[in-house]
Amino acid sequence: MKVLAAMSGGVDSAVAAARAHEAGHDVVGVHMALSKNRAENRTGSRGCCTVEDAADARRAAERIGIPFYVWDLSDDFHDLVVSDFLAEYAAGRTPNPCVRCNEHIKFATLMERARALGFDAVCTGHYADVRAEGPDGAPSLHRARNLPKDQSYVLAVMGPEAVSRAVFPLGAFEDKEAVRAEARERRLGVSTKPDSYDICFIADGDTRGFLERSLGEAPGEVVDADGTVLGTHRGTFGFTVGQRKGLGLDRPAADGAPRYVLDVKPETRQVVVGAAELLSTTLLEASAPIPFEPLAPGREVSAQIRAHGEALPGIIERADDMLSVRLSSPVRGVAPGQTLVLYDGDRVIASATLERRAA
Amino acid sequence: MTPASPGEHGTPPRVYIDHAATAPLRPEARDAFLDASAFPGNPTSRHGSGRRARGVLDDALDSLAASLDVPVSWLTLTSGGTEADNLAVRGAALAAQAADPSRRAVAVCATDHPAVLETARSLAPGIESREIPVDGDGLLDLEALREALAPGDVSVVSVALVNNETGVVQDLAAVAEIAHAAGALVHTDAVQATSHVELPVRTVDMLSLTGHKIGAPVGVGLLVVRPDIPFVAGLTGGGQQRGVRPGTLDAPQTASLAAALARTLADREAESARLGEMAQRLRAGIREIAPDAVLTAEAAPRSPHVVHVLLPGCDQDALLLMLDQQGIDASAGSACSAGVTRASHVLTAMGIEPDLARGALRLSLGWSSRVDDVDRVLAALPEAIERARAVGALVR
Repeated sequence: MKVLAAMSGGVDSAVAAARAHEAGHDVVGVHMALSKNRAENRTGSRGCCTVEDAADARRAAERIGIPFYVWDLSDDFHDLVVSDFLAEYAAGRTPNPCVRCNEHIKFATLMERARALGFDAVCTGHYADVRAEGPDGAPSLHRARNLPKDQSYVLAVMGPEAVSRAVFPLGAFEDKEAVRAEARERRLGVSTKPDSYDICFIADGDTRGFLERSLGEAPGEVVDADGTVLGTHRGTFGFTVGQRKGLGLDRPAADGAPRYVLDVKPETRQVVVGAAELLSTTLLEASAPIPFEPLAPGREVSAQIRAHGEALPGIIERADDMLSVRLSSPVRGVAPGQTLVLYDGDRVIASATLERRAA
Repeated sequence: MTPASPGEHGTPPRVYIDHAATAPLRPEARDAFLDASAFPGNPTSRHGSGRRARGVLDDALDSLAASLDVPVSWLTLTSGGTEADNLAVRGAALAAQAADPSRRAVAVCATDHPAVLETARSLAPGIESREIPVDGDGLLDLEALREALAPGDVSVVSVALVNNETGVVQDLAAVAEIAHAAGALVHTDAVQATSHVELPVRTVDMLSLTGHKIGAPVGVGLLVVRPDIPFVAGLTGGGQQRGVRPGTLDAPQTASLAAALARTLADREAESARLGEMAQRLRAGIREIAPDAVLTAEAAPRSPHVVHVLLPGCDQDALLLMLDQQGIDASAGSACSAGVTRASHVLTAMGIEPDLARGALRLSLGWSSRVDDVDRVLAALPEAIERARAVGALVR
């Protein structure tokens, strides 16, 4: 196959490209430059966007023996990821920019270009596995063997069609140390780079400050579930459902129990807080479902609502233009805007976007 | 004698059609370097080895002077074109201002190389940089130049003889007439012109050359300048080259430059005719493949070695990738050091819309180019253009 390998400059994508090359594919490496001003991006952040990352990717490609190019996708990144990140926060939701980047940049944009250039597939250093266990042997997306690093959750937004044109060589690795060891063995020169989970386009790591600078202050009230005003805030975008710290309330709740953000209402500039039990729900409701196979109410599934969260057992209640799942036990901190992914065992069967919790 | 460059990673020999970026090393330049580097010796040492090195250097300088038809005293060796441009624009402007504080501006052509543009900008706030616009064909607006010089405060006018992206040739005689009338010195960056255009060595006051565009190694260049023009040196050191450009004199590199320049100038007319025909063939072929292709600066005088076209709807990264995959080394005309292609300041200055500029392709020929190269490029272009258009359609 002709394979286009996305090379971030990190160890994972370098080893993935090397493996694809070794498997006999005709591999071309591409580094996606995502920031308008790359010098400003965080050095050592996620390993996507700094000038050093591009240089590391180039060196790795040279070592592997594949052609290498840098593509400037900064306009796409700004329009599809950064702008969306701000808009989602402004709407009282909690976006995951890395999920969004995977969906729109690392896959949609890259795959479109790859296809236009005559490539058969895209290869990345994500930890997930593609097999042929979908309906009628269709390509299916599975959790990686290295479960703590598994990224099938963030990849599920790609949808089945894109999965059929993706290659994830790292899905078979036991652990990250094995990847680092292979990078050392192949002399890829990136094996000592640290992992990081920061947002690459927020240079100082201060997300709330970035939102304030970008969206401007929008002061409002912090209220309890009955509407009693407990305090004020500088902008609803500083709050996420389930958040406990940084509420800025000077007096404790009457019963002394900790308070959590229950809801964020940008339309009235209100942040609703309350006790933990008010945060719990057994019903997950999500919009814009992307099914990997036909879904029907009554099916037992496991649901994941955070990138590093556990899989929660439940039953599908609704599967049409909305997807809803009744969990067997309550869960806290369902943040609208986050991604819901449903699994059957280790196989992804759907993804969708979580909506505001039903009252 | 023409080296078939080995293919990358075991692919067939590559077509090198990017001479404007750098030219392959000429055999005579390599031989001259190897011969001169076979023995030790600092040309300013007094011992036998030093004298031998000095002899090699003097022969090389004599050869350079003869090729350019100037006295040896007009030659200042540099590390290349960028340093020669820096010396000319900054060194001469600072010296002129020191002698006459009213000379507080320089004038540069808006499409010039960053070695000139950025040097001129770096002189602020003491010295103002005036960037003179070009017309739609990339030719310097001489009226605008006249106006910029009218206050009489400009010390140096710098205009590249041949543009490195489009190959457009500027009228340095006209520039010099206007500049000299206003009491300004004239510099021209001729690194892109050396192989194909008669060098206006005595029309201008300063002229930059570099070795690697004509088949010498990277790392050696020349500023041709009359010794009576005062300079503020960019470097301080041991006083070599009248203190204007100190640093150990490099006999092997200079010998190599001399060999490349002698050959380049001796072959100039024949090569220009040969490459001009190949360029015509390329243009005609491209027109056939892409009837909507725009030949950049078609109405302007152009150097015969550059074919610059704008392919509507094409994404140049995709175009270069596709050509590269076919073993063809081509260029979009400019690429920043990080490898990300940005809108070219040259095309922007010519008033070319960003959407059209996105489909820029520069093919540049040189001493090692063969007709077969042209055929291979024309054979690869149809699919490359088709796919680059498909990518271009994805981008807003």
